[in-house]
Amino acid sequence: MRKVAVIGVGQSKFGELWDASFRDIVLSAGIEAIEDAGLEGREIEALYIGNMSGGRFLAQEHIAALIADYSGLAELHIPCTRVEGADASGGMALRQAYLAVASGLHDIVIAAGAEKVTDVGDKAMEILSSGVDREWEVFNGATLASLFAMMARLHMDEYGTRAEDLAMVSVKNHRNAVKNPKAQFRREISIDIALNSPYVAEPLRMFDCAPVSDGAAAVILASEEVARKYTDTPVFIEASSQASDYIALHSRRDITTMDAVVFAAREAYKKAGIEPDDIDVAEVHDSFTIAEIIAYEDLGFAEKGKGAELIREGVTELDGDIPVNPSGGLKACGHAAGATGVRQAVEIVLQLRGDAGERQVDAERGLTLNIGGTGATAVVTIFTR
Amino acid sequence: MLPRFWRKIKQRYNLIATKCENCGTYYYPPRNLCPKCRRKSKMVEVRLSGKGEVLSYSVVHDVPENMKEQKPYVVALIKLDEGPVITSQLVCEPREVRRGMKVKAAFRRCGEEGEAGIIYYCTKFIPE
Amino acid sequence: MKGGESKGGKIGIVSYGTYIPVYRIKAEEIARIWGEDGETISKGLGIKQKSIPALDEDTATIAVEAAREAVSRAGIDAKEIDAVYVGSESHPYAVKPTATIVGEAIGAGNDYFAADLEFACKAGTAGIQICFAMAKAGMIRYGLAIGADTSQGAPGDPLEYSASAGGAAYIIGRKNVVAEIEATLSFTSDTPDFWRREGQPYPRHGGRFTGQPAYFRHITSAARKIMEETGLKPSDFAYAVFHQPNGKFPTRVAKMLGFSKEQISPGLVVPYIGNTYSGSSLLGLAATLDVVKAEDRILLVSFGSGAGSDAFVIKATDAIEELNRKPGVWEKIEKGIYVDYGMYVKLRRKIRMA
Repeated sequence: MRKVAVIGVGQSKFGELWDASFRDIVLSAGIEAIEDAGLEGREIEALYIGNMSGGRFLAQEHIAALIADYSGLAELHIPCTRVEGADASGGMALRQAYLAVASGLHDIVIAAGAEKVTDVGDKAMEILSSGVDREWEVFNGATLASLFAMMARLHMDEYGTRAEDLAMVSVKNHRNAVKNPKAQFRREISIDIALNSPYVAEPLRMFDCAPVSDGAAAVILASEEVARKYTDTPVFIEASSQASDYIALHSRRDITTMDAVVFAAREAYKKAGIEPDDIDVAEVHDSFTIAEIIAYEDLGFAEKGKGAELIREGVTELDGDIPVNPSGGLKACGHAAGATGVRQAVEIVLQLRGDAGERQVDAERGLTLNIGGTGATAVVTIFTR
Repeated sequence: MLPRFWRKIKQRYNLIATKCENCGTYYYPPRNLCPKCRRKSKMVEVRLSGKGEVLSYSVVHDVPENMKEQKPYVVALIKLDEGPVITSQLVCEPREVRRGMKVKAAFRRCGEEGEAGIIYYCTKFIPE
Repeated sequence: MKGGESKGGKIGIVSYGTYIPVYRIKAEEIARIWGEDGETISKGLGIKQKSIPALDEDTATIAVEAAREAVSRAGIDAKEIDAVYVGSESHPYAVKPTATIVGEAIGAGNDYFAADLEFACKAGTAGIQICFAMAKAGMIRYGLAIGADTSQGAPGDPLEYSASAGGAAYIIGRKNVVAEIEATLSFTSDTPDFWRREGQPYPRHGGRFTGQPAYFRHITSAARKIMEETGLKPSDFAYAVFHQPNGKFPTRVAKMLGFSKEQISPGLVVPYIGNTYSGSSLLGLAATLDVVKAEDRILLVSFGSGAGSDAFVIKATDAIEELNRKPGVWEKIEKGIYVDYGMYVKLRRKIRMA
């Protein structure tokens, strides 16, 4: 397998983008990436796009064809593929693109992720719940938030994680997002505000839950040899791994652990020949604050049950030992389902290049963790300079 | 939704599980294939007792449209006596729920396809 | 009308089950909203409070819970139940039977007779007569007859104080009979004392017309006829159960027929749970069966508007002492969660939603 590098990144603003259609936001991210890479566009040999539910949000399937059409790639008749894995769609699309280049099949490939959720009004939450078990979780009364809430309840009872710890994750991510011009929410909040916000599904409150956002992101991958023609600062994908687990929370081995994350992370570290300690910065899937704390543990940054200590001790702040979610994460940057996994990659690449502006951290190696639903899919990607 | 709901009426009304006779594991919701045994699966139908205890729970405030009347309601992960863990609405006062609480099956309405559509009945749980 | 006397072996009740939803509202609370005097109303109707179904309960769920209890107590395989009849005036569907929902929920299989019945408050006892006849004819091993309702009363109407929710299920057969049905007959006439037109949300009634020409005429006619045909007198009965639209009518008709307060007392549930319509006399019967001893006789006379009364002479056998009769009806009556009128109208969906 060849070494694969990122030669261009692009991202739309995340949020309620009333003026922009799905086609508009995908294109804006794609063009930004192409310009960043210094390409004309015809160099691209394949497209992979992560999109969770064009069918229900837009009554549109065949998303890859639509985007290929709008971006001019259909003119070139290149292969375009939509990848779906709930809100891991973006990370999965990135992985497919990586495999296409690493295997030698293609030299330059674009991986994108996009979701337009605000055209369906208040149906968005119900549509997002299609990432969990419709027959036996949703039909029986579970909402996505309530599933993470049940994980949180157990984590709090078993390991002493507190509501304050969850609030601190939210506070950190909001503070980071102030420095991210593309983020949806760019105002700091206090622990008090978080702890007094209305309950969504106890014990999770409004500030424990990522919003439902429109957004798109794109990265352009190239083989090492080709990359060096376009950039002096390629960022390499050192490892890419993906794992699955039972779709329903009730089928999992341990409700407070996402085995898919543990598995994927272990694989990725092994492929890269590193330890969790070697990660300098990470973008993890904080669809709910508890997911970030569990991620600390499942990624090996902390022992099982001790995730809360990292946030309490400031270890994952921008100025901490391992900054997590410098972009603001899903909570403050916004969570655009299929786009998120690619947006995370964009952030890590910017960080490793030194292009992260006010939220720049000192890092040589970064990691992204993108999760589908309550952990049935996990994609871990490790980037290095 | 009609045929899809109808297909599982037996399993929803009565907690009809499947058991893999190869490894002895009970599955509810029922499975056609034992994930542990895969090709060696030998699945048979078994009716569960309907007894269990609360493994975890959440009081839902941000409720889906079809549950608006019941806000706030309790959803729980319930460990059934025979082994499987299921997700179910727990019909009780939100302040009553405790982890480890003993619960039992009850026959309730779970929804409807609008005022003129069919009514979904299923098993929910209540305190023992 | 000939009394159906059983020859050659006892036919009767093999088991029974009941279900009463837990929510309650006091008559005073309803009176408060409508500017009436709670104590006066309560005393006048002989009703202190009534039962209310939860938002996810209806006649089908109540029927299932009662039926499951009956099946469990009987200790039989539900596949031996060869007939299911559910009587109600608040079936969840106008077209699509409750009986098949019950049949599926108890695991009756596919080989059973089934239909829903409507005859106002006596649809449940009509089901018992049908099962009795089928058992007598040797067509069925066991029959399941259920009376259950989640009746509605129009806001501000006197019926709002009494219309409540609950049900009882009876397994009828020839084996292990705990209470023999010695005789049964019906007195029927076309008397529109209380009715509901198709599509209307609330029933209407004839006010005082529901008394003498309806309730009293049919109950006394049926009761007297069955006592005449069986040669029995009130003193031959340990207990009597009459349909309970309120707390006054059954007491008065008992007196008219020569029964004492003590005889009707165990079965007089209406002051505490209201009128459960098709469940009414059957819950009264269940509460009475909870306490009978072997050889005790019960006179059961139901009444359904429209109108008719089904009368039964029931005699407990030795086997009643072996039947698990707990939790009893009065124990369930005591388990109440009280709500105010606002919660009541929400639970009963009397609020016009968007």
